[in-house]
Amino acid sequence: MTTVETPMGYGSMRRKEDARFIRGRGTYVDDVTLPGMLYGAVLRSPFAHARIVSIDTKAAEAHPKVRAVITGAILDGLKLAWMPTLSYDTQAVLATDKVRFQGQEVAFVVAEDRYAARDALELIDVEYEPLPAVVDARRALDPDAPVIRDDKDGKTDNHIFDWSSGDKDATDRVFSEAEVVVTQDVLYPRVHPAPLETCGAIADFDKVTGKLTIWCNTQAPHAHRTVYAMVAGLPEHKIRIISPDIGGGFGNKVGIYPGYVCAVVGSIVTGRPVKWMEDRSENLMSTSFARDYHMRGEIAATRDGKIRAVRVSVIADHGAFNGTAQPTKFPAGFFHVFTGSYDLEAAHCAVTGVYTNKAPGGVAYACSFRVTEAAYLIERMVDVLAYELGTDPAALRMRNLLRPEQFPYPSPTGWEYDSGDYPRALALAMDIAGYDDLRAEQAAQRERWAAGEVGGTLMGVGISFFTEAVGAGPRKHMDILGLGMADGAELRVHPTGKAVLRISVQSQGQGHETTYAQIVAEELGISPDDIEVVHGDTDQTPFGLGTYGSRSTPVSGAATAVVARKVRERARIVAGAMLEVSPEDLEWEKGRWFVRGDPDQGRTITEIALAAHSSLELPEGVEGHLDATTVYNPPNLTFPFGAYICVVDVDPGTGRVKVRRFVAVDDCGVRINPMIVEGQVHGGLADGIGMALMELIAFDPDGNCLGASFMDYLLPTSMECPSWELGATVTPSPHHPIGAKGVGESATVGSPAAVVNAVLDALKPFGVRHADMPLTPAAVWRAIQGAPLRTDLAIG
Amino acid sequence: MQVPAHFEYERATSVDHALALLARWGGEARVVAGGHSLIPMMKLRLARPEALIDINDLTELSYLRLAGDELLLGAMTRHADLLASPLVGEHYPILHDAERVIADPIVRNRGTIGGSLCQADPSEDLSAAFAAIDAVAVIRGPSGARTVPVREFHTGPYETVVGPDELLTEIRVPIRPGGGSAYEKVERRVGDWAVAAAGAAIWLDGESAGGAGQPGIVRDVGIGLTAVGASHFHAAEAEASLRGAPATEENFAEAGRLAGAHCEPAADQRGPVDYKRHLASELTVRALRRAAARARGQEA
Amino acid sequence: MQVTVTVNGEEYTRDVDTRLLLVHFLRDHLGLTGTHWGCDTSNCGVCTVWLDGVPVKSCTVLAVMADGHAVRTVEGLERNGTLDPVQEGFVQCHGLQCGFCTPGMMLTARWLLDHNPDPSEEQIREAISGQSCRCTGYENIVRSVRWAAEHSTVEATK
Repeated sequence: MTTVETPMGYGSMRRKEDARFIRGRGTYVDDVTLPGMLYGAVLRSPFAHARIVSIDTKAAEAHPKVRAVITGAILDGLKLAWMPTLSYDTQAVLATDKVRFQGQEVAFVVAEDRYAARDALELIDVEYEPLPAVVDARRALDPDAPVIRDDKDGKTDNHIFDWSSGDKDATDRVFSEAEVVVTQDVLYPRVHPAPLETCGAIADFDKVTGKLTIWCNTQAPHAHRTVYAMVAGLPEHKIRIISPDIGGGFGNKVGIYPGYVCAVVGSIVTGRPVKWMEDRSENLMSTSFARDYHMRGEIAATRDGKIRAVRVSVIADHGAFNGTAQPTKFPAGFFHVFTGSYDLEAAHCAVTGVYTNKAPGGVAYACSFRVTEAAYLIERMVDVLAYELGTDPAALRMRNLLRPEQFPYPSPTGWEYDSGDYPRALALAMDIAGYDDLRAEQAAQRERWAAGEVGGTLMGVGISFFTEAVGAGPRKHMDILGLGMADGAELRVHPTGKAVLRISVQSQGQGHETTYAQIVAEELGISPDDIEVVHGDTDQTPFGLGTYGSRSTPVSGAATAVVARKVRERARIVAGAMLEVSPEDLEWEKGRWFVRGDPDQGRTITEIALAAHSSLELPEGVEGHLDATTVYNPPNLTFPFGAYICVVDVDPGTGRVKVRRFVAVDDCGVRINPMIVEGQVHGGLADGIGMALMELIAFDPDGNCLGASFMDYLLPTSMECPSWELGATVTPSPHHPIGAKGVGESATVGSPAAVVNAVLDALKPFGVRHADMPLTPAAVWRAIQGAPLRTDLAIG
Repeated sequence: MQVPAHFEYERATSVDHALALLARWGGEARVVAGGHSLIPMMKLRLARPEALIDINDLTELSYLRLAGDELLLGAMTRHADLLASPLVGEHYPILHDAERVIADPIVRNRGTIGGSLCQADPSEDLSAAFAAIDAVAVIRGPSGARTVPVREFHTGPYETVVGPDELLTEIRVPIRPGGGSAYEKVERRVGDWAVAAAGAAIWLDGESAGGAGQPGIVRDVGIGLTAVGASHFHAAEAEASLRGAPATEENFAEAGRLAGAHCEPAADQRGPVDYKRHLASELTVRALRRAAARARGQEA
Repeated sequence: MQVTVTVNGEEYTRDVDTRLLLVHFLRDHLGLTGTHWGCDTSNCGVCTVWLDGVPVKSCTVLAVMADGHAVRTVEGLERNGTLDPVQEGFVQCHGLQCGFCTPGMMLTARWLLDHNPDPSEEQIREAISGQSCRCTGYENIVRSVRWAAEHSTVEATK
């Protein structure tokens, strides 16, 4: 193998975790088999809305391999039929009164093997009395809409919350005097994270010790532990969550699902470990979806293209239970970053959350707490404005982008953008794309097409300039179920100078075992190869909220740098004692403290580590080791940004879209491992193509889920993705210890608008201003016909 | 992960053995070849045969060869082998066009052409392709072999003329000179089932075919349609309008119009009725255009 | 029913239920958990293994259908402690993130290179088009396969 030198710190180091994955030696939760383990399976509702008349489990219980059948009634006796959601709502673990979405959990079978568990589901007889379903979010608040949550005392409608942000009066004032106002209804339809590994858990309750061990592919093991303690009333020190290798998360693996709770109950009831792995249909039908925002956007501008204000109203479809996982004060997440990358006079948004007979959840899939919806809306709206003004969308953006000198920038909805040089990023993207040449090619092509060229395609160029808001978050503003959004880190340096870092966040492919070792290496000068990163086990790692919302590097990465610096300061004291000088007289160079003015007099971190554990008389302020611990509370979010340009070719005769090129310039501040950053961007760009062109969970009028398998929920393949063209600018975050920003979701946030804008740019000769995602061939063709599809409902 | 219900497993060692097993199970068994439609349906428990008769050992049914003026395709021929065959490409590029867009390369390694035809999914591609080139199915039963034109093979969605005690063993395609063929499909994504597709085979009059910019006269033509509710995957009216007519854009457009008018697409998440009808027309025109270009030697 | 399957060159005989899927035979009966599963409909391709030298989706093959046949899994890529160039390529070019699709991708890549030692980017994309990846956007998988093509000496096929 070609050897690539391991960098002593940042750089495109090859990943440490790959050694096991390329040999098929990763350990995913379904790879774990415990002695005596049983298998669980969930019986699910075939109806979107129905009253449960009766459940007969006798035949299932009689199956020779079945060890337990659990129903809502049994859970009710244990006070476990309902569990709290992460949004202070409640969710049925197993339905007792009604089922409220197709695929809702009704009963749980525990059997000797997975085949028998599946067989036994067919032996359970449930009598339902079907009720009319609420499918269209825009009709959920109609006075005659069936009330979904009649389990809640006094509930007479499907309203969840109203929330607003920005200065309404100031915004209305600007609109009332604006030269140009454009309005557009924009849907961000329901999609699903669909990681290739589905969700699953093994619960192992030891009756003797009272200890509950849960193997679960969770992105947030510590948060799970605390929530289980709250839900099940088990003492938290008797709960251990082990999150092994995870086959992709994208937000799908943040929440606690009824299947996990059932596995716990199954283990308590049978006294044996119980594994539950959802199948793909269960994953797509019942676990956290994403988006489902029905938005109306308005832009006020001058006739010559100065954007002055943005006004937004949203109906947010949260499904049957408000299971959204976002900071308590932000029921619409960070949607109010919808002012995007532009310098505005005023802005206002109003969001209304509603219940529908669909799967619960409401935030997942690499969305950074609804920044995805916000970025899509504003970038779509800017193109709508460009369409109406007849201006070039790149020029319109360049004119309105925030300028570097405006940072830190207080946004009209209360954010403080930390740093940015937006025009530089857009100029770089345009340069890589050859923007002017593309426009010239397009003009020539449109002429040929207008002249009647047969079988021709139409090219489109789409731009998206996004500002992300990641790294939740400052504890005075942000908590989940009252837990501040901080992350801990512990760093031990062994006597021989090798180190172990323990962190609270959990990788789902991000490569933490590599990048976190690199952060320590950069700070201490210990080779990343000599640093073990421990994560994914609550008994082995400090508390913290986990990996989602691109928060690992902004929060846990910061904790890692801070804890390494603590170790460095301890080492300084020990080095002072070793060199018999005052620690104040020492200077640091990577891996070594030396005497100021006498560089030959120094001690390496390895020498210091050994001395700290040796018979050296310990100086004041150290206890005989270099180990340190910390908790990092971020002072602000980080605001990565980027400029994306997509080129598509559309066949107007069939509606087919081919993505020809995709240019992505990302600025995520300092890059710890550029190879990994680029890899994450690649993945997010593919997500964007998926959402823009094919991914969709739609429902028929009865509430049947129409995207319940990979035959219907389409993931983009290698053939739909072009060879990505990446560029980078680096504007460090001023408040982050190493100047880094999160990047995991940037491309997912930024790319859908670029693709959609490109398709609509191609359709401009037909007078098409807007069409909703996903832009399937049918949707594109219908847009050309002037009869756009309502994509979130069944095609009639 | 979803798993099938119980069934008995039988492995056939010859065609006769397979027929004997089918007779023994009396309609309660299903034949499994590649299994890519049947096994997922069994996992979803939409299919629950009492027995599976595995015919993967019947290598005697895996062949592609010329016999006289016919191309013979064994029913156990894997999609990948059909796609890789230069013999097939030489005579009927429509089959390569269709194979290239059937599922994905891994599925094509295992899936068989006989399995595809017998599954009779309305969105299945080979049925329309074979209908276009007027192929004949050879079916073996207890009392010997019979032949049925592919245009009469399907009796409805997921239903064929193959009886419970019978086995599809071969597809025969007549080879006729002066022809060209092509298959055009629109899918939502690579590997997806067709939103709609059209296959065309066209034979141009030998004298004028490609000569001096003449379009040529259509001596014969076959048109198949996928996923749009065309009876037997076949566009008979469109064909009739073209036979004996010059192979011009105008006539292709009229054939396309007829193909769209005489199909009965159903709306689903792949598209609404008006769009599918439009595609039936548009793709018929495109397939005819390409088939004619190939007949004239203007396109590979 | 008793089946004998040769997996990575070694013969295994087991008593199995006729309905046992090959992917579960490999994972649950032989402990070869490098082969994953991701859907029920033979779409995602993370369960891809070789059956008699050809990549197939093992969630759609019954273990009894593999009786008497040969299977190669990700665990059989490394030979005598030497990584396959495809494995090296995935490390060098960051062809994996969560690692879940990786075994299937690498097996298809190995098969492709055995039949086409110098594939174009387009041919690689076509070859892996029946296998989903949610992390890499496919770019680095394509580069990984190209790396393997460029760094292969005479790689013995199966």
